[in-house]
Amino acid sequence: MLDLGGTEGPWWFFWLIVVAQGAGALAVLLGAVAYLTYAERRVMASMQLRRGPNVVGPFGLLQPMADGVKLIFKQILIPQAVNVPLFLGAAVLTFFLALAAWAVVPVNAGWVLADLNLGVLYLLAISSFGVYGIILAGWASNSKYPFLGGLRSAAQMVSYEVATGLVLVTVLLQAGSLNLSHIVEAQRGGVGHWFIASLLFPMFIVFFIAGLAETNRHPFDLPEGESELVGGFHTEYSSMPFALFFLGEYANMILVSAFATTLFLGGWLPPLQALAFIPGPLWFAAKVGACLFVFLWARATLPRYRYDQLMRIGWQRLLPFTLVWVVLVAAVGLAQGTLPGG
Amino acid sequence: MISANLGAYGSVLVFMAMAFAVAAAAAVLPFLVARSTSHEAGRETPYECGFDAFSDARAKVDVRFCRVAILFIVFDLEIAFLFPWAATLGVIGWVGFASMMVFLGVLTVGLAYEWIKGALAWD
Repeated sequence: MLDLGGTEGPWWFFWLIVVAQGAGALAVLLGAVAYLTYAERRVMASMQLRRGPNVVGPFGLLQPMADGVKLIFKQILIPQAVNVPLFLGAAVLTFFLALAAWAVVPVNAGWVLADLNLGVLYLLAISSFGVYGIILAGWASNSKYPFLGGLRSAAQMVSYEVATGLVLVTVLLQAGSLNLSHIVEAQRGGVGHWFIASLLFPMFIVFFIAGLAETNRHPFDLPEGESELVGGFHTEYSSMPFALFFLGEYANMILVSAFATTLFLGGWLPPLQALAFIPGPLWFAAKVGACLFVFLWARATLPRYRYDQLMRIGWQRLLPFTLVWVVLVAAVGLAQGTLPGG
Repeated sequence: MISANLGAYGSVLVFMAMAFAVAAAAAVLPFLVARSTSHEAGRETPYECGFDAFSDARAKVDVRFCRVAILFIVFDLEIAFLFPWAATLGVIGWVGFASMMVFLGVLTVGLAYEWIKGALAWD
Protein backbone atom coordinates (compact mmCIF):
# COMPACT_ATOMS: atom_id res chain seq x y z
CA MET A 1 0.00 0.00 0.00
CA LEU A 2 1.26 3.42 -0.89
CA ASP A 3 1.51 6.29 1.51
CA LEU A 4 -1.47 8.06 -0.01
CA GLY A 5 -0.92 11.45 1.51
CA GLY A 6 2.63 11.60 0.21
CA THR A 7 2.05 10.37 -3.34
CA GLU A 8 4.04 12.54 -5.68
CA GLY A 9 3.19 13.31 -9.28
CA PRO A 10 -0.06 13.44 -11.21
CA TRP A 11 -3.16 11.44 -10.24
CA TRP A 12 -2.62 8.75 -12.87
CA PHE A 13 0.75 7.93 -11.37
CA PHE A 14 -0.98 6.43 -8.34
CA TRP A 15 -3.11 4.13 -10.50
CA LEU A 16 -0.08 3.18 -12.59
CA ILE A 17 1.61 1.93 -9.44
CA VAL A 18 -1.57 0.09 -8.39
CA VAL A 19 -1.67 -1.71 -11.75
CA ALA A 20 2.04 -2.57 -11.51
CA GLN A 21 1.59 -3.95 -7.99
CA GLY A 22 -1.47 -5.92 -9.08
CA ALA A 23 0.40 -7.41 -12.04
CA GLY A 24 3.28 -8.40 -9.77
CA ALA A 25 0.91 -9.99 -7.26
CA LEU A 26 -0.92 -11.91 -10.00
CA ALA A 27 2.36 -13.17 -11.47
CA VAL A 28 3.57 -14.45 -8.10
CA LEU A 29 0.17 -15.97 -7.37
CA LEU A 30 -0.15 -17.80 -10.70
CA GLY A 31 3.37 -19.14 -10.28
CA ALA A 32 2.53 -20.34 -6.78
CA VAL A 33 -0.65 -22.04 -8.01
CA ALA A 34 1.22 -23.77 -10.84
CA TYR A 35 3.91 -25.06 -8.51
CA LEU A 36 1.42 -26.10 -5.86
CA THR A 37 0.04 -28.63 -8.35
CA TYR A 38 3.60 -29.87 -8.87
CA ALA A 39 4.30 -29.90 -5.12
CA GLU A 40 1.12 -31.87 -4.47
CA ARG A 41 2.12 -34.57 -6.92
CA ARG A 42 5.65 -34.79 -5.55
CA VAL A 43 4.59 -34.78 -1.89
CA MET A 44 1.90 -37.39 -2.43
CA ALA A 45 4.33 -39.49 -4.45
CA SER A 46 6.81 -39.42 -1.58
CA MET A 47 4.14 -40.40 0.92
CA GLN A 48 3.09 -43.29 -1.30
CA LEU A 49 6.67 -44.42 -2.04
CA ARG A 50 6.69 -43.55 -5.72
CA ARG A 51 8.53 -40.93 -7.74
CA GLY A 52 5.93 -38.52 -9.09
CA PRO A 53 6.60 -36.25 -12.07
CA ASN A 54 10.38 -36.17 -12.64
CA VAL A 55 10.88 -36.24 -16.40
CA VAL A 56 9.99 -32.80 -17.79
CA GLY A 57 12.94 -30.56 -16.95
CA PRO A 58 15.26 -30.97 -13.93
CA PHE A 59 13.35 -32.81 -11.16
CA GLY A 60 10.24 -32.45 -13.31
CA LEU A 61 10.12 -28.74 -12.53
CA LEU A 62 8.76 -27.83 -15.98
CA GLN A 63 5.79 -30.19 -15.55
CA PRO A 64 3.27 -27.42 -14.67
CA MET A 65 4.26 -25.51 -17.83
CA ALA A 66 3.82 -28.63 -19.95
CA ASP A 67 0.42 -29.30 -18.39
CA GLY A 68 -0.66 -25.71 -18.99
CA VAL A 69 0.41 -25.70 -22.65
CA LYS A 70 -1.33 -29.03 -23.21
CA LEU A 71 -4.61 -27.75 -21.75
CA ILE A 72 -4.52 -24.55 -23.80
CA PHE A 73 -4.28 -26.58 -27.01
CA LYS A 74 -7.20 -28.83 -26.09
CA GLN A 75 -10.50 -28.25 -27.79
CA ILE A 76 -13.28 -26.90 -25.57
CA LEU A 77 -16.15 -29.38 -25.84
CA ILE A 78 -19.50 -27.79 -25.17
CA PRO A 79 -22.27 -30.39 -24.85
CA GLN A 80 -25.50 -29.54 -26.68
CA ALA A 81 -27.64 -29.28 -23.58
CA VAL A 82 -25.61 -26.70 -21.67
CA ASN A 83 -26.37 -23.05 -21.13
CA VAL A 84 -23.20 -21.68 -22.74
CA PRO A 85 -22.81 -18.24 -21.06
CA LEU A 86 -23.37 -19.69 -17.59
CA PHE A 87 -21.27 -22.76 -18.40
CA LEU A 88 -18.19 -20.70 -19.29
CA GLY A 89 -19.03 -17.90 -16.89
CA ALA A 90 -19.03 -20.27 -13.92
CA ALA A 91 -15.45 -21.35 -14.65
CA VAL A 92 -14.28 -17.77 -15.11
CA LEU A 93 -16.09 -16.66 -11.94
CA THR A 94 -14.49 -19.40 -9.83
CA PHE A 95 -10.97 -18.51 -10.87
CA PHE A 96 -11.62 -14.76 -10.77
CA LEU A 97 -12.81 -14.96 -7.16
CA ALA A 98 -9.84 -17.09 -6.12
CA LEU A 99 -7.53 -14.35 -7.44
CA ALA A 100 -9.54 -11.28 -6.43
CA ALA A 101 -9.51 -12.18 -2.74
CA TRP A 102 -5.77 -11.49 -2.63
CA ALA A 103 -6.30 -7.72 -2.84
CA VAL A 104 -6.43 -7.44 0.96
CA VAL A 105 -3.92 -10.07 2.15
CA PRO A 106 -0.85 -8.41 3.70
CA VAL A 107 2.47 -10.23 3.07
CA ASN A 108 4.60 -7.74 5.03
CA ALA A 109 4.17 -4.54 7.02
CA GLY A 110 2.56 -2.21 4.46
CA TRP A 111 2.82 -4.76 1.63
CA VAL A 112 -0.83 -5.06 0.69
CA LEU A 113 -2.62 -4.00 -2.47
CA ALA A 114 -5.54 -2.39 -0.64
CA ASP A 115 -5.35 -1.69 3.08
CA LEU A 116 -9.09 -2.08 3.68
CA ASN A 117 -10.45 -1.51 7.17
CA LEU A 118 -12.99 -4.21 6.36
CA GLY A 119 -10.45 -6.73 5.08
CA VAL A 120 -11.93 -9.67 6.99
CA LEU A 121 -15.42 -8.93 5.68
CA TYR A 122 -14.06 -8.59 2.14
CA LEU A 123 -12.44 -12.03 2.35
CA LEU A 124 -15.60 -13.55 3.85
CA ALA A 125 -17.72 -12.00 1.08
CA ILE A 126 -15.44 -13.16 -1.73
CA SER A 127 -15.22 -16.70 -0.38
CA SER A 128 -19.02 -16.80 0.01
CA PHE A 129 -19.35 -15.90 -3.67
CA GLY A 130 -17.37 -19.04 -4.48
CA VAL A 131 -20.59 -21.03 -4.07
CA TYR A 132 -22.04 -19.34 -7.16
CA GLY A 133 -19.32 -20.61 -9.47
CA ILE A 134 -19.91 -24.18 -8.40
CA ILE A 135 -23.69 -24.23 -8.30
CA LEU A 136 -23.87 -22.41 -11.67
CA ALA A 137 -21.47 -24.96 -13.16
CA GLY A 138 -23.64 -27.79 -11.86
CA TRP A 139 -26.85 -26.26 -13.16
CA ALA A 140 -25.58 -24.98 -16.51
CA SER A 141 -24.06 -28.36 -17.40
CA ASN A 142 -27.58 -29.83 -17.60
CA SER A 143 -26.28 -33.28 -16.78
CA LYS A 144 -27.02 -35.48 -13.77
CA TYR A 145 -23.64 -35.82 -12.13
CA PRO A 146 -22.72 -32.13 -12.27
CA PHE A 147 -26.17 -31.24 -10.96
CA LEU A 148 -25.81 -33.51 -7.92
CA GLY A 149 -22.21 -32.42 -7.38
CA GLY A 150 -23.14 -28.74 -7.54
CA LEU A 151 -25.96 -29.17 -5.00
CA ARG A 152 -23.78 -31.13 -2.62
CA SER A 153 -20.98 -28.65 -2.93
CA ALA A 154 -23.21 -25.64 -2.30
CA ALA A 155 -24.71 -27.21 0.84
CA GLN A 156 -21.27 -28.20 2.08
CA MET A 157 -19.74 -24.77 1.54
CA VAL A 158 -22.51 -22.83 3.24
CA SER A 159 -22.56 -25.25 6.18
CA TYR A 160 -18.89 -24.78 6.93
CA GLU A 161 -19.02 -21.07 6.27
CA VAL A 162 -21.11 -20.70 9.43
CA ALA A 163 -18.32 -22.22 11.51
CA THR A 164 -15.72 -20.08 9.72
CA GLY A 165 -17.71 -16.93 10.45
CA LEU A 166 -17.88 -17.70 14.17
CA VAL A 167 -14.14 -18.43 14.23
CA LEU A 168 -13.56 -15.00 12.69
CA VAL A 169 -15.63 -13.47 15.49
CA THR A 170 -13.30 -14.94 18.13
CA VAL A 171 -10.29 -13.49 16.30
CA LEU A 172 -12.00 -10.09 16.11
CA LEU A 173 -12.60 -10.20 19.86
CA GLN A 174 -8.86 -10.57 20.44
CA ALA A 175 -7.68 -8.17 17.73
CA GLY A 176 -10.42 -5.52 17.90
CA SER A 177 -10.09 -4.73 14.19
CA LEU A 178 -11.21 -6.09 10.83
CA ASN A 179 -8.08 -4.79 9.13
CA LEU A 180 -5.84 -7.77 8.39
CA SER A 181 -2.65 -5.76 8.95
CA HIS A 182 -3.89 -4.69 12.39
CA ILE A 183 -4.78 -8.30 13.21
CA VAL A 184 -1.20 -9.32 12.43
CA GLU A 185 0.21 -6.40 14.44
CA ALA A 186 -1.91 -7.50 17.42
CA GLN A 187 0.16 -10.70 17.45
CA ARG A 188 3.55 -8.96 17.60
CA GLY A 189 6.10 -10.18 20.16
CA GLY A 190 7.06 -13.70 19.18
CA VAL A 191 5.34 -17.04 18.93
CA GLY A 192 3.83 -16.74 22.43
CA HIS A 193 1.72 -13.78 21.27
CA TRP A 194 0.34 -15.43 18.15
CA PHE A 195 -3.36 -16.15 18.41
CA ILE A 196 -2.70 -19.86 17.91
CA ALA A 197 -0.88 -19.86 21.27
CA SER A 198 -3.82 -18.33 23.13
CA LEU A 199 -7.34 -19.41 23.98
CA LEU A 200 -7.97 -19.45 20.24
CA PHE A 201 -5.99 -22.62 19.55
CA PRO A 202 -9.10 -24.82 19.10
CA MET A 203 -10.47 -22.16 16.75
CA PHE A 204 -7.40 -22.57 14.54
CA ILE A 205 -8.19 -26.28 14.26
CA VAL A 206 -11.84 -25.54 13.46
CA PHE A 207 -10.80 -22.93 10.91
CA PHE A 208 -8.53 -25.41 9.19
CA ILE A 209 -11.15 -28.17 9.09
CA ALA A 210 -13.70 -25.72 7.70
CA GLY A 211 -11.06 -24.59 5.19
CA LEU A 212 -10.65 -28.15 3.98
CA ALA A 213 -14.42 -28.38 3.54
CA GLU A 214 -14.80 -24.99 1.84
CA THR A 215 -12.12 -25.70 -0.73
CA ASN A 216 -13.70 -29.13 -1.38
CA ARG A 217 -10.44 -30.80 -0.43
CA HIS A 218 -9.94 -34.25 1.05
CA PRO A 219 -11.33 -35.65 3.28
CA PHE A 220 -14.34 -33.48 2.36
CA ASP A 221 -14.10 -33.78 -1.44
CA LEU A 222 -17.62 -35.18 -1.82
CA PRO A 223 -18.66 -32.73 -4.56
CA GLU A 224 -16.25 -34.53 -6.87
CA GLY A 225 -16.22 -37.93 -5.18
CA GLU A 226 -15.07 -39.97 -8.19
CA SER A 227 -16.60 -43.22 -7.09
CA GLU A 228 -20.09 -41.70 -6.83
CA LEU A 229 -20.26 -38.61 -9.02
CA VAL A 230 -17.61 -39.11 -11.75
CA GLY A 231 -16.13 -35.59 -11.69
CA GLY A 232 -18.86 -33.85 -9.70
CA PHE A 233 -19.73 -30.33 -10.80
CA HIS A 234 -17.00 -30.20 -13.46
CA THR A 235 -17.81 -33.51 -15.20
CA GLU A 236 -18.78 -31.78 -18.46
CA TYR A 237 -15.83 -29.39 -18.54
CA SER A 238 -12.78 -29.75 -20.73
CA SER A 239 -9.69 -27.77 -21.73
CA MET A 240 -9.07 -24.42 -20.02
CA PRO A 241 -12.52 -24.06 -18.41
CA PHE A 242 -11.74 -27.28 -16.57
CA ALA A 243 -8.30 -25.93 -15.72
CA LEU A 244 -9.92 -22.79 -14.26
CA PHE A 245 -11.82 -24.93 -11.74
CA PHE A 246 -8.74 -27.00 -11.04
CA LEU A 247 -6.45 -24.00 -10.57
CA GLY A 248 -9.18 -22.14 -8.68
CA GLU A 249 -9.23 -24.95 -6.12
CA TYR A 250 -5.48 -24.66 -5.65
CA ALA A 251 -5.62 -20.87 -5.50
CA ASN A 252 -8.30 -21.21 -2.82
CA MET A 253 -6.09 -23.59 -0.85
CA ILE A 254 -3.32 -20.99 -0.87
CA LEU A 255 -5.85 -18.33 0.12
CA VAL A 256 -7.17 -20.32 3.08
CA SER A 257 -3.58 -20.98 4.18
CA ALA A 258 -2.74 -17.28 3.90
CA PHE A 259 -5.90 -16.40 5.82
CA ALA A 260 -5.01 -18.89 8.57
CA THR A 261 -1.46 -17.49 8.65
CA THR A 262 -2.74 -13.94 9.02
CA LEU A 263 -5.36 -14.72 11.65
CA PHE A 264 -3.53 -17.22 13.83
CA LEU A 265 0.14 -17.60 12.91
CA GLY A 266 1.30 -13.99 13.15
CA GLY A 267 1.37 -13.25 9.41
CA TRP A 268 4.79 -11.92 8.41
CA LEU A 269 6.10 -11.70 11.99
CA PRO A 270 9.07 -13.88 12.99
CA PRO A 271 8.50 -16.46 15.76
CA LEU A 272 11.49 -15.15 17.76
CA GLN A 273 12.85 -11.62 17.86
CA ALA A 274 16.32 -13.06 17.23
CA LEU A 275 15.12 -14.21 13.81
CA ALA A 276 13.85 -10.78 12.80
CA PHE A 277 16.71 -10.38 10.30
CA ILE A 278 14.88 -12.73 7.92
CA PRO A 279 12.46 -10.59 5.85
CA GLY A 280 8.73 -10.72 6.59
CA PRO A 281 7.54 -12.04 3.22
CA LEU A 282 9.75 -15.11 3.68
CA TRP A 283 8.14 -15.83 7.05
CA PHE A 284 4.74 -15.36 5.49
CA ALA A 285 5.59 -17.73 2.63
CA ALA A 286 7.06 -20.31 5.03
CA LYS A 287 3.91 -20.32 7.20
CA VAL A 288 1.62 -20.54 4.18
CA GLY A 289 3.77 -23.38 2.88
CA ALA A 290 3.48 -25.25 6.18
CA CYS A 291 -0.33 -24.94 6.08
CA LEU A 292 -0.39 -26.10 2.46
CA PHE A 293 1.69 -29.13 3.38
CA VAL A 294 -1.01 -30.14 5.85
CA PHE A 295 -3.59 -29.84 3.05
CA LEU A 296 -1.55 -32.28 0.94
CA TRP A 297 -0.84 -34.50 3.92
CA ALA A 298 -4.57 -34.77 4.65
CA ARG A 299 -5.22 -35.78 1.05
CA ALA A 300 -2.60 -38.52 1.15
CA THR A 301 -3.76 -39.84 4.53
CA LEU A 302 -7.47 -39.50 5.19
CA PRO A 303 -10.36 -41.41 3.63
CA ARG A 304 -13.41 -39.49 2.43
CA TYR A 305 -16.34 -38.81 4.77
CA ARG A 306 -19.91 -39.81 4.00
CA TYR A 307 -22.31 -36.97 3.28
CA ASP A 308 -24.35 -37.37 6.48
CA GLN A 309 -21.09 -37.43 8.48
CA LEU A 310 -19.99 -34.27 6.73
CA MET A 311 -23.21 -32.49 7.65
CA ARG A 312 -23.08 -33.75 11.22
CA ILE A 313 -19.54 -32.43 11.70
CA GLY A 314 -20.54 -29.05 10.30
CA TRP A 315 -23.84 -28.43 12.08
CA GLN A 316 -23.73 -30.58 15.21
CA ARG A 317 -20.06 -30.45 16.16
CA LEU A 318 -18.30 -27.36 14.81
CA LEU A 319 -21.23 -24.93 15.06
CA PRO A 320 -22.17 -25.50 18.74
CA PHE A 321 -18.51 -25.72 19.71
CA THR A 322 -17.54 -22.41 18.06
CA LEU A 323 -20.68 -20.76 19.44
CA VAL A 324 -19.70 -21.73 22.99
CA TRP A 325 -16.13 -20.64 22.31
CA VAL A 326 -17.22 -17.17 21.15
CA VAL A 327 -18.99 -16.64 24.48
CA LEU A 328 -16.01 -18.07 26.38
CA VAL A 329 -13.44 -15.86 24.62
CA ALA A 330 -15.64 -12.80 25.14
CA ALA A 331 -16.23 -13.51 28.85
CA VAL A 332 -12.60 -14.36 29.63
CA GLY A 333 -11.40 -11.30 27.70
CA LEU A 334 -13.78 -9.00 29.60
CA ALA A 335 -12.98 -10.55 32.99
CA GLN A 336 -9.25 -10.18 32.46
CA GLY A 337 -9.58 -6.79 30.78
CA THR A 338 -7.43 -7.95 27.86
CA LEU A 339 -9.79 -6.91 25.07
CA PRO A 340 -8.60 -4.01 22.90
CA GLY A 341 -10.11 -0.72 24.07
CA GLY A 342 -11.07 -2.22 27.45
CA MET B 1 -4.15 13.91 -3.87
CA ILE B 2 -6.27 10.78 -3.64
CA SER B 3 -8.37 10.14 -0.54
CA ALA B 4 -7.54 7.02 1.46
CA ASN B 5 -10.92 5.39 0.77
CA LEU B 6 -10.79 6.01 -2.96
CA GLY B 7 -7.23 4.70 -2.96
CA ALA B 8 -8.03 1.52 -1.06
CA TYR B 9 -11.35 0.60 -2.67
CA GLY B 10 -10.18 1.81 -6.08
CA SER B 11 -7.18 -0.50 -5.79
CA VAL B 12 -9.51 -3.40 -5.03
CA LEU B 13 -11.54 -2.56 -8.13
CA VAL B 14 -8.45 -2.31 -10.33
CA PHE B 15 -7.15 -5.62 -9.00
CA MET B 16 -10.53 -7.26 -9.56
CA ALA B 17 -10.55 -6.06 -13.16
CA MET B 18 -7.08 -7.50 -13.70
CA ALA B 19 -8.03 -10.82 -12.08
CA PHE B 20 -11.13 -11.01 -14.27
CA ALA B 21 -9.06 -10.28 -17.38
CA VAL B 22 -6.68 -13.14 -16.54
CA ALA B 23 -9.53 -15.60 -15.91
CA ALA B 24 -11.48 -14.58 -19.03
CA ALA B 25 -8.38 -14.68 -21.23
CA ALA B 26 -7.62 -18.19 -20.03
CA ALA B 27 -11.14 -19.33 -20.93
CA VAL B 28 -11.07 -17.73 -24.39
CA LEU B 29 -7.53 -18.79 -25.38
CA PRO B 30 -8.37 -22.39 -26.42
CA PHE B 31 -11.06 -21.09 -28.79
CA LEU B 32 -8.30 -19.21 -30.64
CA VAL B 33 -5.46 -21.75 -30.65
CA ALA B 34 -6.96 -25.22 -30.15
CA ARG B 35 -7.68 -27.42 -33.17
CA SER B 36 -11.39 -28.07 -33.51
CA THR B 37 -12.21 -31.60 -34.63
CA SER B 38 -15.38 -33.01 -36.20
CA HIS B 39 -18.65 -32.88 -34.30
CA GLU B 40 -19.42 -36.56 -34.03
CA ALA B 41 -22.83 -37.61 -32.82
CA GLY B 42 -22.75 -38.70 -29.18
CA ARG B 43 -19.68 -36.72 -28.34
CA GLU B 44 -21.63 -33.70 -27.23
CA THR B 45 -24.40 -35.40 -25.31
CA PRO B 46 -24.53 -35.09 -21.52
CA TYR B 47 -22.31 -37.62 -19.78
CA GLU B 48 -24.23 -40.51 -18.30
CA CYS B 49 -21.80 -43.43 -18.24
CA GLY B 50 -22.33 -44.16 -21.94
CA PHE B 51 -26.13 -44.32 -21.90
CA ASP B 52 -28.33 -41.77 -23.58
CA ALA B 53 -29.70 -39.48 -20.92
CA PHE B 54 -32.74 -41.12 -19.33
CA SER B 55 -34.57 -38.04 -18.16
CA ASP B 56 -34.18 -34.33 -17.64
CA ALA B 57 -31.02 -33.68 -15.65
CA ARG B 58 -32.56 -30.82 -13.70
CA ALA B 59 -34.37 -33.03 -11.29
CA LYS B 60 -36.27 -31.94 -8.22
CA VAL B 61 -34.00 -30.65 -5.49
CA ASP B 62 -34.02 -32.71 -2.32
CA VAL B 63 -35.76 -30.74 0.43
CA ARG B 64 -32.78 -31.31 2.73
CA PHE B 65 -30.70 -28.93 0.63
CA CYS B 66 -33.35 -26.24 1.07
CA ARG B 67 -33.34 -26.85 4.82
CA VAL B 68 -29.58 -26.33 4.91
CA ALA B 69 -30.01 -23.12 2.92
CA ILE B 70 -32.60 -21.77 5.39
CA LEU B 71 -30.46 -22.68 8.41
CA PHE B 72 -27.49 -21.02 6.74
CA ILE B 73 -29.32 -17.71 6.30
CA VAL B 74 -30.29 -17.62 9.99
CA PHE B 75 -26.77 -18.27 11.22
CA ASP B 76 -25.04 -16.10 8.65
CA LEU B 77 -27.19 -13.15 9.73
CA GLU B 78 -26.32 -13.91 13.33
CA ILE B 79 -22.64 -13.76 12.43
CA ALA B 80 -23.16 -10.46 10.64
CA PHE B 81 -24.58 -9.12 13.94
CA LEU B 82 -21.63 -10.52 15.88
CA PHE B 83 -18.95 -8.80 13.78
CA PRO B 84 -19.38 -5.19 15.01
CA TRP B 85 -20.08 -6.45 18.53
CA ALA B 86 -16.81 -8.43 18.56
CA ALA B 87 -14.72 -5.57 17.23
CA THR B 88 -15.90 -3.18 19.96
CA LEU B 89 -16.55 -5.44 22.96
CA GLY B 90 -13.61 -3.94 24.87
CA VAL B 91 -15.37 -0.56 24.74
CA ILE B 92 -18.97 -1.58 25.39
CA GLY B 93 -18.01 -3.93 28.23
CA TRP B 94 -20.34 -6.15 30.26
CA VAL B 95 -23.48 -4.29 29.18
CA GLY B 96 -22.72 -5.10 25.55
CA PHE B 97 -21.85 -8.64 26.52
CA ALA B 98 -25.17 -9.12 28.34
CA SER B 99 -27.25 -7.72 25.47
CA MET B 100 -25.58 -10.06 23.01
CA MET B 101 -26.12 -13.00 25.35
CA VAL B 102 -29.88 -12.31 25.27
CA PHE B 103 -29.77 -12.38 21.46
CA LEU B 104 -27.59 -15.51 21.39
CA GLY B 105 -29.84 -17.15 23.99
CA VAL B 106 -32.87 -16.76 21.73
CA LEU B 107 -30.91 -18.25 18.85
CA THR B 108 -29.63 -21.10 20.99
CA VAL B 109 -33.20 -22.02 21.92
CA GLY B 110 -33.94 -22.16 18.19
CA LEU B 111 -30.84 -24.26 17.57
CA ALA B 112 -31.79 -26.67 20.34
CA TYR B 113 -35.30 -26.99 18.88
CA GLU B 114 -33.91 -27.72 15.41
CA TRP B 115 -31.54 -30.28 16.89
CA ILE B 116 -34.29 -32.09 18.82
CA LYS B 117 -36.58 -32.05 15.78
CA GLY B 118 -33.75 -33.59 13.76
CA ALA B 119 -33.42 -30.69 11.33
CA LEU B 120 -29.65 -30.66 11.72
CA ALA B 121 -29.21 -34.34 10.91
CA TRP B 122 -29.00 -35.40 7.29
CA ASP B 123 -30.92 -38.66 7.69
